[in-house]
Amino acid sequence: MTTRWFGAPVQRVEDDRLLRGHGRFTDDFDEGALECCFVRSPYAHARIKSIDATAARRMPGVVAVYTAADLPFGGVDLPLLIPHPNLTHGRTQRCLAAERVRYAGEAVAFVIAESRYLAEDAAELVDVDYDPLPVVITPEAALAGEHLVHDDVPGNVAAEMLQEVGDVEQTLQAAPHRKRLKFRYERAAASPMEGRAVWARWSAGDRKLMVYDSTQSPTSIRGGLAVLFGLPESNVEVIAPDVGGGFGPKIMLFYPDELLVPYAAMQHARPVKWTEDRQEHFTAVNQERGQVHEVEVGFDAEGRVLALSDDFIHDGGAYTPYGIILPIISAAQLPGPYRIPNYRVRFRDMYTNATPTSPYRGAGRPHACFVMERTLDAIAVDLHLDRVEVRRRNLIQAGEFPYEVGVAWQDGNTVVYDSGDYPTLLDKAIANLGPKPSGDNVGMGIGIYVEGTGVGPYEGAHVQVLVSGKVVAATGIPSQGQAHATVWAQVVADELGVDVGDVEVTSGDTRRFPWGVGTFASRGAVTAGNAMHVAARMVADKAKHIAADHLEAAVEDLELTDGAVRVKGSPDRGIPLGAVAVLSNPVRYAFGGGTEAATQFAAQPREGPPLRDGEQPGLEATGYYSPPGSTWASGCHAAYVRVDPKTFRLEILRYVVVHDCGRVINPLVLQGQIEGGVAQGIGGAFYERLAYDADGQLRNASFMEFLMPYATEIPPIEIDHIETPSPLNPLGVKGAGEAGVIPVGAVLASAIEDATGFPITEMPLSPLKLYELSMLKK
Amino acid sequence: MKVNGVERAAPDDTRLLLSDHLRHELGLTGTHVGCEHGVCGCCTVLLDGAPIRSCLMLAVQAEGHELTTIEGLARDGAALHPVQQAFHECHALQCGFCTPGFVMSVVGLLAQHPHPTTQQIEEGISGNLCRCTGYASIRRAVHRAMELSPLPLGGEGQGEGLQGGGRK
Repeated sequence: MTTRWFGAPVQRVEDDRLLRGHGRFTDDFDEGALECCFVRSPYAHARIKSIDATAARRMPGVVAVYTAADLPFGGVDLPLLIPHPNLTHGRTQRCLAAERVRYAGEAVAFVIAESRYLAEDAAELVDVDYDPLPVVITPEAALAGEHLVHDDVPGNVAAEMLQEVGDVEQTLQAAPHRKRLKFRYERAAASPMEGRAVWARWSAGDRKLMVYDSTQSPTSIRGGLAVLFGLPESNVEVIAPDVGGGFGPKIMLFYPDELLVPYAAMQHARPVKWTEDRQEHFTAVNQERGQVHEVEVGFDAEGRVLALSDDFIHDGGAYTPYGIILPIISAAQLPGPYRIPNYRVRFRDMYTNATPTSPYRGAGRPHACFVMERTLDAIAVDLHLDRVEVRRRNLIQAGEFPYEVGVAWQDGNTVVYDSGDYPTLLDKAIANLGPKPSGDNVGMGIGIYVEGTGVGPYEGAHVQVLVSGKVVAATGIPSQGQAHATVWAQVVADELGVDVGDVEVTSGDTRRFPWGVGTFASRGAVTAGNAMHVAARMVADKAKHIAADHLEAAVEDLELTDGAVRVKGSPDRGIPLGAVAVLSNPVRYAFGGGTEAATQFAAQPREGPPLRDGEQPGLEATGYYSPPGSTWASGCHAAYVRVDPKTFRLEILRYVVVHDCGRVINPLVLQGQIEGGVAQGIGGAFYERLAYDADGQLRNASFMEFLMPYATEIPPIEIDHIETPSPLNPLGVKGAGEAGVIPVGAVLASAIEDATGFPITEMPLSPLKLYELSMLKK
Repeated sequence: MKVNGVERAAPDDTRLLLSDHLRHELGLTGTHVGCEHGVCGCCTVLLDGAPIRSCLMLAVQAEGHELTTIEGLARDGAALHPVQQAFHECHALQCGFCTPGFVMSVVGLLAQHPHPTTQQIEEGISGNLCRCTGYASIRRAVHRAMELSPLPLGGEGQGEGLQGGGRK
C-alpha cells in the first residue's frame, strides 16, 4: 500500500544538516579566497570629481583596487532586465560609478585583499572627491521636479501608464456618492537574515567559471556572465547554495558584485569572495513599497463601488533595472477580490535619490490592497454601514470564474482570475475571529486580497531513478527556505510510488539543471512543482514500458507502488525500480549495482537493437511546465487589536487568516510560510521604517534602530484554509510564498482606526506616528 | 580555549572577532553572522555554558574559556540534540540561517531554566531575529524540547553533557 505524499504534513528533509551547523551558505565557502570590500557613496546625489586609490593599492595585503576606469566593462550600463514600451526613460547604473552617484550606498570602488579586514582598511584609504548635488528623496519631491535625478529625464518620470476599463468619468458623475482619498505607503526593506554574498573561481586551464551566489536566480546569473565574458554557457556554473532568506531583493541582478567577484577571480587566478555586511545591505540592496495614491470612488447607497479612479506615483529609486513591474502589479491588483465595473488607473514611476526598487515579498500588492481596503472602510464610514457588509456586497462571487479584470498583468497577458471563493473566505474569517474582546480601545480590522502567483514563462525538472532504486531530481530555481527539497520529493514520490525519503532534490544548481528562471512571484510550486510532476510521470511511463517487456504484461496493466513496477491485482508480479533502471541502460560491461542484468549475454533477447529508435538510455526524463496564465491565490485576514491611549503601544489580541492557494502540497510548510509572512507584514506595518532624511541618508541602517520584530511582537496566528484548485495546472496548485504579508497593513490600519478613531491613511505606523495623529485630531 | 571539547590556540591577530575566528580559522561555519553588531543573535554560541554573541567578542578574549558551537551539540552521525530535534519536529526553521543561533540560545535557556515559565521562554527567544518563521513554530519547539529532555547539555545537575556546560 503506497502512501500518498501530496497533502501530507511531511517533515522537512533539509533540516538535519541545517540543524547540525552543516548548511552551506555562500560565505561558508573559502578555499583560500581573496576577500573584498566596496567603497560606497556617502552622498545621495553627487558629482565625482576624482578618485585616488594610490594609497589603498600600496597597502600590504591589497591585491587590487578597481574603479570604473580599471574595468573593461566600466563604461557599460548594467542590464535593464524587463524593458517595457511605457518605460520611456529607463536608466541603469554602472558597475562602479565614475561621474555621478545617485543614491547613498552606490558602489564607487572595489578593493580586493588577502582578508576582509585588510580590504576594509584599504577601502578607508580610497580618496573620492565629491561635489554634492541637490537631493530628490520622496516621490512627491520627484513629481515636483525642482531637481532632477537624471539630467536627461524630464520631470523625473521614468514611465507613465494609463489603463481604463469601462467609463469611469461618466459613472463617477452619475454616482449617488463620490469620495476622494489620498494614501501614502513608505519604502520598506526585506531584510533577510543572510545578506548577499558571491564566491567565484576561475579555472584558466579549461576556461571554466564557477560561482556561488546567494541569489534567487542562478540560471539568469549564468546567462549574463556567459554574455559578459564571452563564454559558452556550459563553461559557467552558478550555484545558489543554502540561501539565508530572499524575500525578493535577491531576484535582482546584476548587483555590481555579481560581475566584479567573477571578474576578479579571472584576473587574479585565485578564488574571490565578497560578503555583504548589514549596514551596506540597508543601502545597497533593493527596496520597495513607496507609493502615493489619489483615489476617487463613486458608490451607491448600499456601498457598492460603481467606479474607481486611482492615480499613483511610485518611488522607483535612482535606477530602473527591474523595469516597471512593481507599479504594473499594483495597478493590476488594486481591485483585488472586488467587482469594480469601471476602473481607471494611471501611474507614474518616479526617479528619486534612493536605493533602486525591485520586488519585496508582496511586490506591489500590500500597498494596492491597503488602498482598496481603506477605500471600502471609508465608504462604510460614510454610509454608516458595517465594514464586513460593504465588502460582502462588492465581492466577486464563486460562480463568476474565470473572471476577467481587464488590466495588464506582469506576464504580458491581462488579469484573469482562474478560480476562487471569496465570500467563503470572508465568512470563515469572521466566524473564526469570534466576538470582540471586552475593554476599551479595542478595534477590529479586516482585509481581503488576491495574489497573482505562478508567473511564467516556465520551469523544468530532471528526474532519474538510480540503479539503487533511489531517485534524484533537480530544478533550476533555488530555495531560500521554502522547503523545495521536501515538497518536490512529495510530488515525485507520488508519481513513482516510492518513499519520500528516497527522493533527493537539488535546486538552484546549474550543474544539475541549467534552464529556468528563478524563485519569485510565489511561483515555485506552480512552475517547478508541475515540472517535477511532468518529469516524474515521464519516468513512470518509461519504467512501465521497460517493465512490460520484462514482466510480459501490457503497459496499461502496470502500476508503480512500493518502489516497484507491478501488475495491477497481482502484487507478487513486479520488478523493483532499481532493476528497471538497470534494464533501461543496455551495457557491455557490468559495473556493479546489478548492472550484469543489462549486459549482452544476460539481458532477455528481444527484437531489434538494444536501444530502439527514439529510445534513450537511463530511467530518467526532463520535463517542463509553462503556465498558460497566472494562478490566483486569495485570502482574508481579520484581527482585534488594543491600542494604549497614552503610549500608543499596539497589542494584537487575535489574528486570523483564511487562505486559499488551491491544492495544498504540505500543510506544515504552508503554515510556516503564512506565519512568517504575517510576521513580516506586522513588522512592516508598525515597527520597521526606513528613516531617510532630506539629504537622502538612511538614518537607521542597523538592526539596532530598524526595528524588525522579535518574538515578543508577534502574536499567535490562527490559520484556516479553503481549497479552490487551479484549473490551469495538473497539480491544481497556486503559490503561497507571499500571501501572508499582503493584507497585514490594511488589516492593522483598519483595526487601529477602529480602536482610536483617527483616520489612518499611511504606512508604516508606530507609537510616535499614532501620537502625532492624536495631536492632529485635537 | 576549548572549542567543542578540543583545545585550540588563540589567534595571533588580536582584532579578529570570535565569530570570524570560529568560521574562517576553525572552519566551524555553522555559527552565522547576520549583523555584526550584536542584535540578530545568529552568531550565538555558548561560553562556559551561557549564550553569548560571538560577533561582539574578540577571539583572544575567549582564551581560557570553553566554547560550544552548533557543531558541538550532536556528534556527526549521532542523534540530534533534543533542541535540534524539537526544531525539526515543529518546523521551527525555514532558511536555516538564524537557526544555529536560536538553537544555542534555547540550549542556554533550558540549561538555566529546565522548566521555564512562558515569560522565561519569551525572554529566552527574544534576543534572536528570525525573518522566515514568525516565531510561532520556534515557541512550539521550545515546549517540545522540554518534553524531549533530559537535555544532555549542562544545567542544574543534569550531568556532564557534551561540553560539561552549566553556568560558572
